[in-house]
Amino acid sequence: MSARSAGAAATVRLDVNGAEHEVSAAADTPLLYVLRNQLGLKAAHFGCGSGECGACRVLIDGQAVASCDTPLWAALGKRITTAEGLGDAAHPHPLQSALIAEQAGQCGYCLPGILVSAAALLARKPQPAESDVRAALEQNLCRCGSHNRIVRAVLRAAQAVSRR
Amino acid sequence: MNLAYRLAAGGAGDLPRLPGSLHLNRRLSQWLRFLPDGTIEVRSGKVEIGQGITTALAQIAAEELDVPIARIRMLPASTAASPNEGVTSGSLSTQESGSALRYACAEARAIYLEAAAARLGLPAASLTVVDGEIVAAGGARSSYAELADDALLEREARANVPPKESSQHRIVGTALARLDLPHKVYGEPRFVHDLELPGMLHARVLRPPSPAATLASLDETAARALPGVVAVVRDGSFVGVLAGHEEIAVKALTALQQGAVWHEAETLPDASALGDWLKAQPAETTIVDERGVSSAAGAAHTHRARYTRPYLAHASIAPSCALGQWHDGHLHVWSHSQGIYNLRADLALALALPPENIVVEHVEGAGCYGHNGADDAALDAALLARAAAGRPVRLQWSRADELSWAPFGPAMAVEIEADLDAAGAILAWRHELWSNGHSSRPGRAKTPALLAASQLGQAFERPLAINPPLAAGGGAERNAIPGYALPAWRIVNHRLLAMPLRTSALRSLGAFTNVFAIESFVDELAAGRGEDPLALRLRLLSDPRARAVLEAAAKRANWAAWEKREGRGHGIGIARYKGAGAWCAVVAEIEAGRDIRVERLVIAVDVGLAINPDGVANQIEGGAIQATSWTLKEQVRFDRTRITSDGWEHYPILRFSEVPRVEVEILPQPRQPSLGAGEAAQGPTAAAIANAVFDALGVRVRDLPITAERIVATVN
Repeated sequence: MSARSAGAAATVRLDVNGAEHEVSAAADTPLLYVLRNQLGLKAAHFGCGSGECGACRVLIDGQAVASCDTPLWAALGKRITTAEGLGDAAHPHPLQSALIAEQAGQCGYCLPGILVSAAALLARKPQPAESDVRAALEQNLCRCGSHNRIVRAVLRAAQAVSRR
Repeated sequence: MNLAYRLAAGGAGDLPRLPGSLHLNRRLSQWLRFLPDGTIEVRSGKVEIGQGITTALAQIAAEELDVPIARIRMLPASTAASPNEGVTSGSLSTQESGSALRYACAEARAIYLEAAAARLGLPAASLTVVDGEIVAAGGARSSYAELADDALLEREARANVPPKESSQHRIVGTALARLDLPHKVYGEPRFVHDLELPGMLHARVLRPPSPAATLASLDETAARALPGVVAVVRDGSFVGVLAGHEEIAVKALTALQQGAVWHEAETLPDASALGDWLKAQPAETTIVDERGVSSAAGAAHTHRARYTRPYLAHASIAPSCALGQWHDGHLHVWSHSQGIYNLRADLALALALPPENIVVEHVEGAGCYGHNGADDAALDAALLARAAAGRPVRLQWSRADELSWAPFGPAMAVEIEADLDAAGAILAWRHELWSNGHSSRPGRAKTPALLAASQLGQAFERPLAINPPLAAGGGAERNAIPGYALPAWRIVNHRLLAMPLRTSALRSLGAFTNVFAIESFVDELAAGRGEDPLALRLRLLSDPRARAVLEAAAKRANWAAWEKREGRGHGIGIARYKGAGAWCAVVAEIEAGRDIRVERLVIAVDVGLAINPDGVANQIEGGAIQATSWTLKEQVRFDRTRITSDGWEHYPILRFSEVPRVEVEILPQPRQPSLGAGEAAQGPTAAAIANAVFDALGVRVRDLPITAERIVATVN
């Protein structure tokens, strides 16, 4: 499948959260819709459709990107990780535990995208300064005003990882 | 309308007064149910909108029932089963639903103790409840689970069992972790946007390009030709499309956009002169309050100032979304509405259905800060689902629609005058305001307030925004009556009778602008006298709880020891929300560089008994950060025809790097009634920032937002 055969649906394999999945969609379908509607992965949320708010962020080969304006073809052959893939209640990611410990959230709609941005930051800089965290989350919008708690949570997670 | 609104509107009848929403939902079985597995189902009519109310209400129920929080199961609100508590608004959920649950649960506990007493042959007074087990001193036992019987609660509440004293609280008053947060952090399906029903279709609505636009013609050919499009719906200027796949619905929407021809008209005000425009509109004028002779004869000087704020958008991170499904003339709607019964009433009007044929079920949306597009999306989904032959339809708005079609918080102008004697003391105070009404909520008028209803072929006239009655806190005039001990005042409200932009409730309603205006004005008086702004406020405040929050915030911020430096300033603001709710004082510390940067907010709040102190802190902190965003950055932009701030680029909100440090101090008041925390910080935060800007630069910015351009314009 290539960008040129955009219109017609085709069956392709997608590497999501460590497993191969077969999906059937046109090559230009936004990755977000494939994740949510075909794979039932609802963590990445639609916010703006133009990559400006961060609610739909996922990791593609370790980079935090907006899945709402990433076409399916651009994700083929790459490792995709959603917030579900970071951890769950049985095996939480340190960032997830830290968000709960700091009670960092109100409505929570932005949190999966923020988790993804923060995970990319910690992978590249395990001991970030507060300013690093704020810079890494600059493209993630939060409307409830949970920013400071979220920043504290990311710093807490970095501490927890370094102690392990 | 919340309960306060309905009571103010005379909805109480002659029945004996019961606490909170119990008054209008009097059967105990409406509120809770004991299950044989030891779980207790609790139903509230108030809904989770990101504020954490579900956790606070669960704490209240667990406390009165003497069970661990894990045994409480909070059920989602639905018109099929929940108490009708009106709208989740006005920072009243803890008061209205919380009081109802306190009394209902205390009474239910007593009823179960009676049942246990009968079974065990012991006096009820000899029994206690430990973790849901009912225990007698001699060792005899029963339990809620063993006795579980729905018939026991099929009775009218009497509210004759006193709830616990605060000294007995073990769950209430503790910073219990939010029940919903783990689900959200693990990305589990939780929001209405995540709901997936068998056979579900995806839908999009084609909204007009401007508020007054009507559809002249529509070429549907390209949209219908897309494989997977199930239906194109057109009714007047209301257009939508249904498809099996979401991405097809989005493509079809683009095709419809290209095929639509609209009649547009220049109906919008001059955005650069909103204050003058507001004052020039036809209006309904009311005297909000008058005390003494509000025009002083012996005044040496009268100080006057006008303050404005622009239209504001809710700007929730998620666009509005709803699901609808028809079956045999019955409609089921899933919505993030703040008021499921009110929504049902307007759906019934718009669809010409008996209300009993409609079920509205609440499912969480993203953060809700007032009357946003949730209700409108519900009607959109219902209208489009009529073309789905019984299949469920999921309708989601675009970002552009969310920022341009959800109701706006109204623009406001406030003029204050104070007559002063030769020594600068206030003799009389006059406050006059101009604004559209602050409520277009559904369920209140003879015609539906829902957006699509005014766009159908047989269009309903859109009701003009009104103001809730003052007894329920008022709308535009909320917090217009000063909290200071002044000898005379006159407060006048002009509600606009023209509404080119649809306006409705946005967090704190008129309180944000009125408090910004009053607290800026008090600072101007202090500057005129050369008096410290804190000292002047303390001189004018007689309410001890108001003085307490002011002093606490000032102390924590080390107000007296502030060191003046170039480009830095501090300011203070205070209000008691609605004059009857929580007290909140804010000290802002800012740095004026290329833009205004708020470095720190120090906040003291008195909410009476804090059910969950961390929940209160979270709400106050979040409210203050949002108010900082409103104050520094936000305004709905438009030309004379169209809304132009329809994306994040043109409607910027505060980002992570711009957010101030926030410290919240909750004054302990365990024996005082609980008061809502969601809106208390809005006005005081704006005022504190504006006053800090004046302290830093000597420039008094009276028109929000306080941008660099505004400061330059004010200087010039």
